[in-house]
Amino acid sequence: MSDVSRDTMLLTTPFHSRVEAMCDLNDWGNWMGYTTPNAYFDVELEYFAVRSTTGVFDLSPMNKYRVTGPDAQRYLDRLITRDVSKIGVDRVGYAIWCDDNGQVMDDGTIFRLGEQDYRICSYQRADDWLAWNTLGFDVTIENESEAVAGLAVQGPTSCTVLTLLGCTDLNQLKPFGIAHYSFEGRPLMVSRTGFTGDLGYEVWVPPESAEALWDQLFELGRDYLIKPIGSHALELARIEAGFLQANVDFMPAEEVVRVGRTRSPFELGLGWLVDFKKPLFNGRSALLKEQEKGSRYRFAMLDVEGNKPAEHSFILRGNKQVGTVTSAAWCPTAKANIAYAQIEMPHGAVGDELVAEIYYQRELHWTRLLAPCKVIDTPIFKSPKRWQTPAPPH
Amino acid sequence: MNQYDAIVIGAGHNGLTNGAYLAKAGLKVAVLERNPYIGGATVSRELHKGWWYSNCSYVSSLLRPEITRDLELPRHGLQVVSFGGGATFTRNGDYFGNYSDHDRHYREMARHSKRDANAYDRYAADTSLQTKLIRPYLMRTPPDPTSMKPRDLRDLLEFARSFMDLGEEKLLDTIKFWTASVGDYLNEYFETDVIKAHMAGSGIIGTALGVYSPGTAYVLLHHYMGDVDGNVGAWGFARGGMGAIADALSKAFQSYGGEIFCDANVDEIIVKNGRAAGVALKDGTEYKAPIVVSNLDPKRTFLDITNPSDLPKDVLKKARNFKIRGSSGKLNIALDGLPVFHGLDPRNRLMAGDLHFSDSLERQERAYDDWKAGTWSKDPYLDMMIPSLTDPTMAPPGKHMMSVFVQYAPPKVEGREWTDEDKDGFEKSVIDQISNYSPNFRDLILHCETRTPREIEAEVGLTEGNIFMGELTFDQLLFNRPFPGYAQYRSPIKGMYMCSSGTHPGGGVMAAPGANAAREILADLKKPNTVPGGYADD
Repeated sequence: MSDVSRDTMLLTTPFHSRVEAMCDLNDWGNWMGYTTPNAYFDVELEYFAVRSTTGVFDLSPMNKYRVTGPDAQRYLDRLITRDVSKIGVDRVGYAIWCDDNGQVMDDGTIFRLGEQDYRICSYQRADDWLAWNTLGFDVTIENESEAVAGLAVQGPTSCTVLTLLGCTDLNQLKPFGIAHYSFEGRPLMVSRTGFTGDLGYEVWVPPESAEALWDQLFELGRDYLIKPIGSHALELARIEAGFLQANVDFMPAEEVVRVGRTRSPFELGLGWLVDFKKPLFNGRSALLKEQEKGSRYRFAMLDVEGNKPAEHSFILRGNKQVGTVTSAAWCPTAKANIAYAQIEMPHGAVGDELVAEIYYQRELHWTRLLAPCKVIDTPIFKSPKRWQTPAPPH
Repeated sequence: MNQYDAIVIGAGHNGLTNGAYLAKAGLKVAVLERNPYIGGATVSRELHKGWWYSNCSYVSSLLRPEITRDLELPRHGLQVVSFGGGATFTRNGDYFGNYSDHDRHYREMARHSKRDANAYDRYAADTSLQTKLIRPYLMRTPPDPTSMKPRDLRDLLEFARSFMDLGEEKLLDTIKFWTASVGDYLNEYFETDVIKAHMAGSGIIGTALGVYSPGTAYVLLHHYMGDVDGNVGAWGFARGGMGAIADALSKAFQSYGGEIFCDANVDEIIVKNGRAAGVALKDGTEYKAPIVVSNLDPKRTFLDITNPSDLPKDVLKKARNFKIRGSSGKLNIALDGLPVFHGLDPRNRLMAGDLHFSDSLERQERAYDDWKAGTWSKDPYLDMMIPSLTDPTMAPPGKHMMSVFVQYAPPKVEGREWTDEDKDGFEKSVIDQISNYSPNFRDLILHCETRTPREIEAEVGLTEGNIFMGELTFDQLLFNRPFPGYAQYRSPIKGMYMCSSGTHPGGGVMAAPGANAAREILADLKKPNTVPGGYADD
């Protein structure tokens, strides 16, 4: 029933033929216009692949922008809040960028591929915004989103599997490091980055290599119990590991309609990514003012009593509503009930004891639960493997 | 020297849990272990180089999440990883697979019987109702039905009310359930032999009863009431083997200042003026403490390490009559590769779950007949797992570790002690059965540890090799566990307590007995409670 004139609503990634073959549940979602699996066979088991063996997630729909030219570093320094000069060649930096009001637009990773050669990997599309920012800089921006296919290969046996694939000495690669290899005559780039909080890598190849890469990974990884994972399993892992998600934990500033719904880096617990030593960057003066006058909100990680996830809960102090939950999950490895919340200042400091107003349904019966919770200072899942170099074998 | 606030005998998971909660309350606690390693029946042992065996208990589901979280066991290195799948192979070359996805599971059942597939929903609802009745009591001390204490009266009333609230029909169903055989229970829902046999296994594991023996429906429940991350009935592996649970518990215990002594074989509990005063080891060393907690089973506690003259006659009698019958053995096997089973692609995810070969209730009952006749089953019921399909740390890459729980194996063979020849015969019956379904299995065996009740008793200290430290029948459950009148973790000797799986709520690596006992001890000492309550079950 192929119809060349058909205007397909959802696109497929370069890995799709392989993804589809493994997607036993046939449970698909739409991620930025791409058909992506919510789950392949069992969310729980996929999640545990990331924590115990190797989980593979197709992240090709991520937006990728190449920034080159004599002013590339200066340009990025103006763009993002942290000091770009501190990101060495073949290193990756986690970064956020703000609008002129100091409100977070997106977060992402900055890959430094050469002296004046960077790639921004972002959740949101940023063509327009990146273009406006080039004024006064000698840089070229290229949208590489479709030119680079990517797989997150995450979990305790991931280093071993990728080494078998030909990534020699990968265990020596430090966290946030980049290594370059070739795969079937084409470039293959590995970065020790990820969204799961454990040992893990992201593998970047031209789309033409995608299917062969997938096939070899799963062939070589079989003895290391490699499994594909969908977006639901990744969501569990990222909440447990303490990562924020655009459009879930904050609204990209330029898309916000209603007054007051944007958030600053400080309000998202990302103040450590703001470097005021830089003389100029987008949002600097607004953020300086905020630092002086104080923020409106505070990002809090909550350890919630009981085992009911505090999804969409109001957070109370006494009878007063002081915040709302943005992400919540029962974390299967940490065995803890974790929620991320936006809390009105001055509440929500580490150690504060609050109450989550949880609603849950069983057999069409709704129950309201007031669960005490406590603000914790670090993510509940902390794997030493994430930081170890050389990377452990499993 | 050697002066403690409390001494716990036995560094199994309950002893360590008990010690952790006492130490958390500020007590100076020592846990004494007979073996050179901790864990009791919760161990990982490298018995063949490169292969780790969970050579006694082998799966985790019942471990209370309240305890895992409260003692921060994940921070101390514990990772419980769910596994999925499972299958029972049939003699005609087919199998019945167990799928986690409800509709896929329906389709698999429907392949055998549409009616059974549909009846499964009714079965699941009825069984869930029973688990909901018992789960709230796991992290609580059972009420004493003869006591007039306000706490007991209140708890009894609540217990009774949860039953009365069911309404007449469901109450009658419940009474029937608690006394029924698993075979009769399943016959009320299903018509297909292999489906019934697949489910009935949980009703007999660890018990010296057959699928048609009254009381086995409850045993099914005991295996069904656990959960992994709120998925009731789900099972998982401790990453690194079951010893990871004991390791994490020991680290939690030590983080509160507790001390563990291995190679400390307790000879006797010292009693002075009717009060526990400490323990004496076989080597003559003494440890003094006003609180002594036994994590040994009730028989060993009262008949081996307590002087009978320190105990009332009724307790000696009850201990002697306590039912703790050996019914099972275990093979732990290092494999050179993955065995192939008739009818199932080895890459199928079902392989990562529990595998069985008894395809009818009849075969399971015949296996029990052998036990009654005083010998091991010639066509045994196996609960077989390949944890290395889920946990890469158990065996080298591409190689596998297989855990085979075997039922039945009697505590004595035709009335006499097990001999090495008996053990070989037992091993052969198991390997022959697996080989009947897997042509390459025998050639893959690199090493096999075979444990009959004789080895389990001698090495682990479980009387008769009974994995639950006492039958899980109604006469030995709740306020009857281990004996009526002694179900609240206290012994008749002041300062002496019990915390083993021989107490409520029983075995299965729950850690609840250890925690519940600590709560009672702290109450007696008028110390603040450190033990968490159970999560509300809804």
